[in-house]
Amino acid sequence: MRLLAFIALKHLLARKRQSIVSLLGIVIGVAFFLTISSLMQGSEKDFMKRLVDNSPHITVYDEYRTPRKQPLQTLHPDAVIELRHVTPETETRGVRGYRQILDQLQATPGVRASAVLTAQAILSYAGRDISLNLNGMIPSEIRDITTIEDHMTQGGVDDLIANRDGIIVGEGLMKKENLRMGDNITLASSTGQVRTFKIVAAFRTGRANYDETEAFVDIKRVQAMTGRSNRANSIIIKLADPNAALAFSRALEARIGYKSVSWQEASEDLMSTLFIRNLIMYSVVSAVLIVAAFGIYNIISTVVMEKHRDIAILKSMGFQALDIQHIFLVQGALLGIAGCLTGLPLGMALMTALGRVRFKPPGLTDPVNMPLDWSAPQFILAGSFAFAAAVLASYLPARKAAQVQPVDILRGNT
Amino acid sequence: MTGAAKKAAQEPQGDFLLEAREVARVLEGDVPVHLVRGVSLTVKAGDFLAITGPSGSGKSSLLYLLGLLDTPSTGEVFIGGRDASMLNDDARARVRLENLGFIFQFHFLLPEFTALENVMMPMRRLGRLSDREIKARAEKLLTDLGLGDQVKKLPRQMSGGQAQRVAIARALANDPMLILADEPTGNLDTASSRNVQMILKDIAAQGNRAVVAVTHETDFAEKAGRRIHLVDGRIAENA
Repeated sequence: MRLLAFIALKHLLARKRQSIVSLLGIVIGVAFFLTISSLMQGSEKDFMKRLVDNSPHITVYDEYRTPRKQPLQTLHPDAVIELRHVTPETETRGVRGYRQILDQLQATPGVRASAVLTAQAILSYAGRDISLNLNGMIPSEIRDITTIEDHMTQGGVDDLIANRDGIIVGEGLMKKENLRMGDNITLASSTGQVRTFKIVAAFRTGRANYDETEAFVDIKRVQAMTGRSNRANSIIIKLADPNAALAFSRALEARIGYKSVSWQEASEDLMSTLFIRNLIMYSVVSAVLIVAAFGIYNIISTVVMEKHRDIAILKSMGFQALDIQHIFLVQGALLGIAGCLTGLPLGMALMTALGRVRFKPPGLTDPVNMPLDWSAPQFILAGSFAFAAAVLASYLPARKAAQVQPVDILRGNT
Repeated sequence: MTGAAKKAAQEPQGDFLLEAREVARVLEGDVPVHLVRGVSLTVKAGDFLAITGPSGSGKSSLLYLLGLLDTPSTGEVFIGGRDASMLNDDARARVRLENLGFIFQFHFLLPEFTALENVMMPMRRLGRLSDREIKARAEKLLTDLGLGDQVKKLPRQMSGGQAQRVAIARALANDPMLILADEPTGNLDTASSRNVQMILKDIAAQGNRAVVAVTHETDFAEKAGRRIHLVDGRIAENA
């Protein structure tokens, strides 16, 4: 194989200009493939991380996926029954027996769970009414189950634990209403209950709407404001393995009956969009490499055409058909390897440049860097694809070269 | 003829390096073209056989059949006592690599490689010697042919005669039992032509190998110990 590689290299070096042009195609193809792929994967990973980290992995709602069966249907499951105008039983909204469910969940290894009672409240301040989402949670569990602590700019969850009449609000709201730490604000619930809270901490997630409308308080205060004592309208769950959320939620729903939605189910449309986006991205960047592969096909076909006489001589010397095929396959492989060795650093340079670009996406208040995925699979994928494209592009001309019959060429020449 | 006698007749006779039996080559088509018609010949060590004949008489076609570059339509070719007619392409390539050396009308050196690299090529493909031994043997072959100072030159940097001598060195590289030459002096000036003729005669005279050369040059044919004259693909004269 050393001899065949030596012959292949000599062939390529004898046509420096053509070889460099086809090499450039691969270099640019690899660099673009790597850059675009890492940008897309980076943004996807960033998005998924935000999705998984900032949201519960599973949310148990105080509702059922299908209407509850009437006693008559349960009693006669095989009968033809038609019930009309069934008035649902009036019951207070909320997950019944949520404490027992929580106890069971918290006893499961790798599972963290907490009850939440969310409610709408009106903040009346300086003559203005602003709607707020009150997240009533057990203060000591907020840190375990949410990432809000990571976004604290003033104070922290400990301040809420210390002061059960405290409230954690977003900086967006504070700025909008000119509020300060320690200020007292009065909130009114939909039932008319009014309660005063003291601002003990502030957060800034960068998502403008979230920072202006979300607030965290002790769950007991929300229960009191909404008249729903000992009730929670959802249970949020974090798993040690976020990817197990879908199976876990299905098993949980089958057990407790309440609608349990995993982050995968909640984001199904987004996942589908990401899949289509990846499909389009890989099609486009692959097209660049396919065009480059045509360049390689072109040069190796030309070399084969020009080298018919040399192929005949090599065969007359005793080289076998497979030797000849390998010579031209190695030429493709050499171009592929050289293309990868040059294209990958160029791609890294492009990635570094892109990584320095800062921009402010819609909905975020802070500028962020371009998310790039620097993981090894990106480099392996780009390199492998380029190498495979180069070798495949040389396969047809190589096979054609192997089929050259020396006697046909020698008869024509002598 | 009995079966045993027929079988005995099919076995190669004596210590022939090369034997052709009733070899024929027909190019099939609307009008079949008979390149070679039932040629039989034998070549033993030390022979210098010249194949002569007018243009289109089938000289080169016969040489390609003898050199296993082409497959006979009928008949058999024995190389070193072994029937090579039925071998597949790879096995025929192996026989060429180990036993045959070719010289053509044009030197047909590989243009990207130096004289030394061209001569080393068959040895490197055979892989029986180390890199150092291969280089030493290639240098000796070139020096013996008066090209000791040309080893690093590319074919385009050499005269036709020099390039043809490099081609002879390449043909001798794997120490073949048979050298097959197709009009080896046809593209050379008189002085170079005589030089090449003498080299081929010397090769045959060494006694351990044979030379079969196609030529239409009378003085070249006269230097050969044996001569076969072809007309219309048939042996018209065997002297």
